[in-house]
Amino acid sequence: MAETRVQRPISPHLQIYRLTSTMLMSGLHRITGMALYVGTVLMVAWLIAVASGPSAYANVQWLLSTLLGRLVLLGYSWALIHHALGGIRHLIWDTLHGLEPNDREWLARATLVGSLGLTAVLWVVGTMIGGGELW
Amino acid sequence: MVSRNPTDMRTPLGRVRGFGAARSGTEDFWYERLTAVALVPLTIAIVLILVSLLGRNHAAVVQILGSPIVAIILLLFVLSMAYHMKLGMQAVIEDYVHDDGMKYTLLIGNLFFCVVIAFAAAFAILKLSFGV
Repeated sequence: MAETRVQRPISPHLQIYRLTSTMLMSGLHRITGMALYVGTVLMVAWLIAVASGPSAYANVQWLLSTLLGRLVLLGYSWALIHHALGGIRHLIWDTLHGLEPNDREWLARATLVGSLGLTAVLWVVGTMIGGGELW
Repeated sequence: MVSRNPTDMRTPLGRVRGFGAARSGTEDFWYERLTAVALVPLTIAIVLILVSLLGRNHAAVVQILGSPIVAIILLLFVLSMAYHMKLGMQAVIEDYVHDDGMKYTLLIGNLFFCVVIAFAAAFAILKLSFGV
């Protein structure tokens, strides 16, 4: 019997298309999700340190007060806020609202501007409450 | 013999194998959205709780985190989050890893990781509440 392979269409991939803000937000949603996944290790480590007693807590608080600790915490807080806003965007889309070109663009931009703005507000308020000291 | 529908997207091999829809195709999608809906208010609450801990010493932090309402919110948050991140990482693995051996190794590892995260966090929260 003759070889009869069906020629199915092959879908083009990312590099074919011009980068759009909805594409960028799609990628950032996945990247922040994966970063948060890894970051849960730190969150659990912090909870266990609090539950273990004052000395373990002092150690983990010292780690978080270092420059690297602050940067990780800053990144984690932005990733959490960005992923949360991106998730809300997806929930809006699930109701079939905001899918028109202008709405999509507006929502994608609002996700990024919102996450950066809210992270800034969180850290300014946090610094004010903590008196310059984080915890 | 199954009748051939000209618009059927399934290949002859796929039809012979008989792996059709198992009536649970949207289950992961549904639970990803369900946990997302739960996580929106829970995340807001968690951020506010963490901000309220700023500048406090260990005893005060233990007292706040171990109080019933806060502990329940923390538990709801970590359990919803563990399920949500299990589904999220599973989607990533299924999208990018096509070697069966590697795929199933990662899927098993993903489930174990998320279960460990959930139980470790729940244990710490309960320990704070009950002060054992």
